[in-house]
Amino acid sequence: MALARPQALLIDLTRCIGCNECTAACLAAHHLDTDPETVRALSSRSLTALEERDGIYVRQMCRHCLEPSCVSVCPVEAFRKLPAGPVVYDAKRCLGCRYCMQACPFNVPKYEWDKAVPAVVKCDFCATRQAEGQPTACAEACPAEATVFGPRDELIAEAHRRIAESPDTYHPHVYGEHEIGGTSMLFLSPVPFEQLGFPALDGAPLPALTAAALEKIPGILSIGGAMLAGIWWITNRREEVARAEHAARAAAEESNHDRA
Amino acid sequence: MTARETNRFPLWRGIFYLLLAVGLPVVALRYSQGLGATTNLSDEFPWGLWIGFDLLCGVGLAAGGFTITAAVYIFNLKRFHPIVRPAVLTAFLGYLLVIGALLLDLGRPWNIWHPIVMWNPSSVMFEVAWCVMLYTAVLALELSGMVFEKVGWKRAQAVQRAATIPLVLAGVLLSTLHQSSLGALYLIVPGKLHPLWYTAALPWIFWSSAIVAGLAMVIVESRLSSRAFGRELEMDLLTDISRVLLVGLGVFAIFRIYDLIHRGVLALAFQPTYEASLFALELALGVVLPFLLLLSPRARADIRRLYPAALLTVMGFVVNRLNVSVTGLETAAGTRYVPAWTEIAISLFMVAIGFAAFALMVRYFRVYPEADGGHHAAPAPSGPSGRPLPATAGRVA
Repeated sequence: MALARPQALLIDLTRCIGCNECTAACLAAHHLDTDPETVRALSSRSLTALEERDGIYVRQMCRHCLEPSCVSVCPVEAFRKLPAGPVVYDAKRCLGCRYCMQACPFNVPKYEWDKAVPAVVKCDFCATRQAEGQPTACAEACPAEATVFGPRDELIAEAHRRIAESPDTYHPHVYGEHEIGGTSMLFLSPVPFEQLGFPALDGAPLPALTAAALEKIPGILSIGGAMLAGIWWITNRREEVARAEHAARAAAEESNHDRA
Repeated sequence: MTARETNRFPLWRGIFYLLLAVGLPVVALRYSQGLGATTNLSDEFPWGLWIGFDLLCGVGLAAGGFTITAAVYIFNLKRFHPIVRPAVLTAFLGYLLVIGALLLDLGRPWNIWHPIVMWNPSSVMFEVAWCVMLYTAVLALELSGMVFEKVGWKRAQAVQRAATIPLVLAGVLLSTLHQSSLGALYLIVPGKLHPLWYTAALPWIFWSSAIVAGLAMVIVESRLSSRAFGRELEMDLLTDISRVLLVGLGVFAIFRIYDLIHRGVLALAFQPTYEASLFALELALGVVLPFLLLLSPRARADIRRLYPAALLTVMGFVVNRLNVSVTGLETAAGTRYVPAWTEIAISLFMVAIGFAAFALMVRYFRVYPEADGGHHAAPAPSGPSGRPLPATAGRVA
C-alpha cells in the first residue's frame, strides 16, 4: 500500500519567514480554539509552535521518531507508531503515568494539568489527513515551502541536494536523519543545531537502553528462582539431618543407659 | 493493647487528626480540580514528590519484608522469626501506600487496571505495574495467616502455612524485579539525568540500596514499635542485623564509587555545583555516617546508638531517591521543582495513615507472636517422620 511508505516533513529553517501560518493551520485542523498569535511554545493548547532563536525561526513539534521512546515506555500501548510515520496517542487507554513525557528526548508530550480528566497532547502528524492522502496541515499552509511533506527517503535526498548545492547557506547536517535511530521530522539549518537548542543525540535508539534491562527478567526469574530453591533445600536438609542425628544420639544414649 | 495504652501519645494522635483534616480536603481538591491545582508539576517536570518520595521510597523501605522472609525461610535463620510479621506488615502497608499514591498521582487513576489487559512488555512501567500488583498480592497472602489465626480458620491457616516457601520465593523474586525496575525506569533518559546518577547500573543501585535501607527500616520499626507498644526489643537480633547493615553499607559504597570511577565522572562530585552538594548529602547521610557509627561493636549493641545510625541510612536513602527523581533532572529541565504544600501534606497524610494502620493491626492481630509465647528460635520438636511438627504459633505472617 502506498500509504505505508514512511512519510516525513523537511523543515528548512533557512526558508522560514516566521509567518506562523503553520501554527494557525495546525490549530484549525485539530479544532483547537487557541489564538495562534499567543502561541510561544509547545503546550497542551498547541501542537506546534515557532520559537525564535538568534533571528532564526525553529518549528517545534513531535519528531515522530522511527523508534519512539514514548511508544516503548507506555505501559498500556496508548502510543502507536503507524507504518506511514505518525506516532499517535489514544487517551482512552492512557493511565496518566506521564512516563512518555519523562522519556521523550525532545520534551514533546504536554499535559492538561488544569483538567480533572487530563490527556497527553502532542502533534499527530495529521494522521487522519494522511490516511485520506492529504499532506499535513502545516505543510499545506506554508507559503515559503519551509515545511514540505513527502516520502522520507526522497526528502533526505532532497535535503542533501540542497546542502551540496549551497554549502554556504547550510550547516552540513540533516538533523533527524540519524538522531536516535532517525525521526520523521528532518531539519536543515544555517547554523549548527546545538546553537538552536536541538539536543545533541547519537544514532542509538533510546528504547534499546530499557530493553537491555528488561531482557534480564527471564534470567533473574529462572536462575534466581533455582538458586533460592537450592539454598532453601540445602539449609532445610541440613536441619533435617541434624535433627535425625540428634534423635539417633539420644536413642543410643538411652540404650547405653539401659544397659548400664 | 488496651485503649489506655494507645492513648499514651496524645501529641501523635493530635498530629494524626490534623494531617487527616488537612489531607482529606486536598484529596478532594486533587480529584475535582486536577493535578495542576494541587501540585507544582509542569510540562518541564512531570514527576514530583509523589513519585520521588511516596512511590520510590515507599517501595524501597518495604524491602525489609523480602530480606527478612528470605533470611528466615530460605537461609533458615530461624532466630529472626520474631521480626518476620512486623517486617512483612511494614512492607504490605508500604505497598498499599504506594498504590494510594498512584491513585493520586496518575492522571486517569480509574484506568489503573489497564496494564492487566493492555500489554506492552517493552515498557519498564508495565513491569513496575505488574510487580506492584503481584507483590502486593503475595504480601497479602503472607499476612493472611495472621488473619486466619485470629478468626480461627484452622484449615485456611494450614493451607497458608503449606504455601509459605513458594510465597517467600515469589516475594523475593518479585521484589528483586520491582526494586531494580524502579531504577531501570530512568535508563531511558541518558540526556536528562545528571551523570552522577545516570548509569547503566541504576537497576542494581536501586536494588542494593533498597536492601540496605530495608534492613535499616527493620531496626527503625523495631525501635518505634517497642516504644509505642511497650514491647521488649529483640536487641540480639537487631545487633545481628546491624552487622549485616554495616557490611551492606561498605559494599554499597565501594560499588557506588567504582561505578563513578568506571564512567569517569568522579570529578563531578567534587565540583561546586548544586548536584554535587546534594550528592554529597546523600552519601554522607546514608552511607558514610552510618557506616562510621556502626563500626563500633558497642554502638551495634546499644539501641540509643544503633537507632540514629539506622535512621540516617533511611534518610540518606530518601535523599538518593529524590536526587534521582528530582535533583538530577532539574538542570536538563531548565527549572527547579519545589513541591507544593499540598503535595507535602498528602505525603505526610499517607505516612500517618501507614503508622495508624500499623498500630491498629498490632491491636487486633498477633503481629508480635513471640512476645506472649516464648521464643521460636529453638528447633521445633520432630514428628515421627523426622519432619518438623507444624509450629503451634503462626509461621509467616
